[in-house]
Amino acid sequence: MNSLIAMIPSILMIVSPILITAAGGMICERAGIVNIALEGLMGVGAFTAATIHYFLEPSTSYSIWIALGVGALAGVLTSLIHAFASITLNANQTVSGTGINLLVTGGTAFLAQIIFKMERTLPFKLGMMPGIGGIYPTAWIALAVVVVAWFVLYKRPFGMRLRACGEHPQAAASAGIDVRRTRYIAVMISGALGGLAGGCLVLTQTIQYTVNTINGAGFIALAAVSFGRWLPKGITAASLLFGTATALSIYMVNIQSLRFLPPEFFSVMPYIITLVTLMVFSGKEYAPRASGQPYERSGS
Amino acid sequence: MNRTIDPRKDRLERLFSNPKTISISVVLLGFLCGTLLILIVGKNPAGMYSALLQTLTGFDITRGTWNARYIGEWLTASIPLILCGLSMGFAARTGLFNIGAEGQYIVGLTVAQFVALYFPPVPVVHWVAAVAAAGLAGALWGGIVGWLKAKFAVSEVVATIMLNYIAFFFSRWTSMLIPGANTYKTPNFPATARLTSPLFEQLTNGSRLSLGLWVALLSCLIYWFIIEKTKTGFELRATGFNRDAARYAGVRVTRSITTSMLIAGMFAGFAGAVVALGSFSYGRVLGGYDNYGFNGIAVALIGNNNAGGTLIAGLLFGMLSSAQPLMQSRQIPKEITLIISGLVVVLISMRAGVKLILDWKAKKNAQAQKEAHDE
Repeated sequence: MNSLIAMIPSILMIVSPILITAAGGMICERAGIVNIALEGLMGVGAFTAATIHYFLEPSTSYSIWIALGVGALAGVLTSLIHAFASITLNANQTVSGTGINLLVTGGTAFLAQIIFKMERTLPFKLGMMPGIGGIYPTAWIALAVVVVAWFVLYKRPFGMRLRACGEHPQAAASAGIDVRRTRYIAVMISGALGGLAGGCLVLTQTIQYTVNTINGAGFIALAAVSFGRWLPKGITAASLLFGTATALSIYMVNIQSLRFLPPEFFSVMPYIITLVTLMVFSGKEYAPRASGQPYERSGS
Repeated sequence: MNRTIDPRKDRLERLFSNPKTISISVVLLGFLCGTLLILIVGKNPAGMYSALLQTLTGFDITRGTWNARYIGEWLTASIPLILCGLSMGFAARTGLFNIGAEGQYIVGLTVAQFVALYFPPVPVVHWVAAVAAAGLAGALWGGIVGWLKAKFAVSEVVATIMLNYIAFFFSRWTSMLIPGANTYKTPNFPATARLTSPLFEQLTNGSRLSLGLWVALLSCLIYWFIIEKTKTGFELRATGFNRDAARYAGVRVTRSITTSMLIAGMFAGFAGAVVALGSFSYGRVLGGYDNYGFNGIAVALIGNNNAGGTLIAGLLFGMLSSAQPLMQSRQIPKEITLIISGLVVVLISMRAGVKLILDWKAKKNAQAQKEAHDE
């Protein structure tokens, strides 16, 4: 049990990027756009943050925060491709997202070859420093993101309009809401959060960006959105569960009583849990109704 | 709207309503962007094209030498891409998005390795059994997705992503249980399990080209036959076009969805067997995804979910991936091939946009005509 408590900082370190990304994915889907590209958005953020931090590290102590900001910006720019394809051109959202994931894998490694002459970024000396209790500031960022997302979605008119676009865009449009604009903003928010999360991940969990840095965290976030039933508290619980399982698979060697299980057992748990839950609760009823469908302006 | 007013514009419109034209223009556009990108970073795009030429023909233009091994390696790289493309395409014909080819591929690969290591080494029967078992395993893995979708309305996109990871971790775990296995490989297969072909090896100057080529070609044929010539294929396509209409016409939609995913999974399972037994002499404990399943998505999209189109698209993407080391040796970052694949997929997703532009143009034409008429 003691070792489990000792693991809390590591669990939070792993949970934070997943939760931040999941919040973006949730906002995006609540506006009616499915975002398979979360994995790629995290990749862009991680690559950008690692690169910026490597170059600014020697000259300024704010390097980490600049890196996170630029990473988020890179996420926004990448998400614009998805927004343009799926909102302006009525593209198939799953296909467009898949394309972006491919593009990011190639693009980041390509840029690394150009900038660093190798397939990954050069390692930076010092990542983010943990704060009180060994907890990284990323945990507080994640908490803030979820609280703000909840507040905006449920307590502000903008959030209500955004949700309307995901439930019934035609009705939203007839009430005077600019569906396309709202959806653009939602996709860009998910881009910013995905990029930010990628930066958080690379600056806390590793010392450089490689094509394996994200390693499915974005897909876990995507699952957390469905598993969390598109609700802020749901995705928080789901991310905590997935993060704990991931942490267990890494740190289980420290726990005597669990040693008889292979590490793959813990790695695979989040995915099995998600699948079974989706089966039991037949997720469809909770999903935003117009999610994944292009909105075509009719008439006039 | 009067369509006869300008025959040239009409032809353009017809051209861009053809999926083949769109595929070809998207690929060309992808290569164009790739070429520009290489120029922007100050490299010589000729290096990329000479690498691609060498992959296709075996002819090294920089040295003036010829080696058939490159052609063999190109075909070897194309085989799993063609098979995974068929997997993705078959599901797409029923209106499903199969991101799960990667998992079905892993399950096929793992089962093929087990059969190769534990089945009695009878010539021919051994590898046939391994390939068949892999196809069956892939089919089951895909079938789970279809069943979840049909029975519980679980989104196939989320379900397949989960099943990919589950397949991956189970593959690692079970493969490491094999006596003599370490964290990255198992003991060697008996020779009877391997798909190697002395004839192909001789023809292609010792490349890894294997009997998998026949598996891929045969699969294309099976795909074409099921989709175009059978009642099941017709029902699957009907379900893909309009699920409700198909249901009213008496098609058992839930069964169609499951059948479609079963067959899709089978193709990906074959891909796993071909890679495991064709290119390796030992079982692998996977350290990550091989990505054939994910690249199969691009293959099927470019191939318009047709057997013939998928074959050609598979050869195209096989060329891109097997040219990677040659590009790197010519100072072109090999990731340019991934960028081109990604661009192609993003661009093809914008296909619906072409229709929007055509509609908009037609509307403008009609308006101009009306104004001319009013005057």
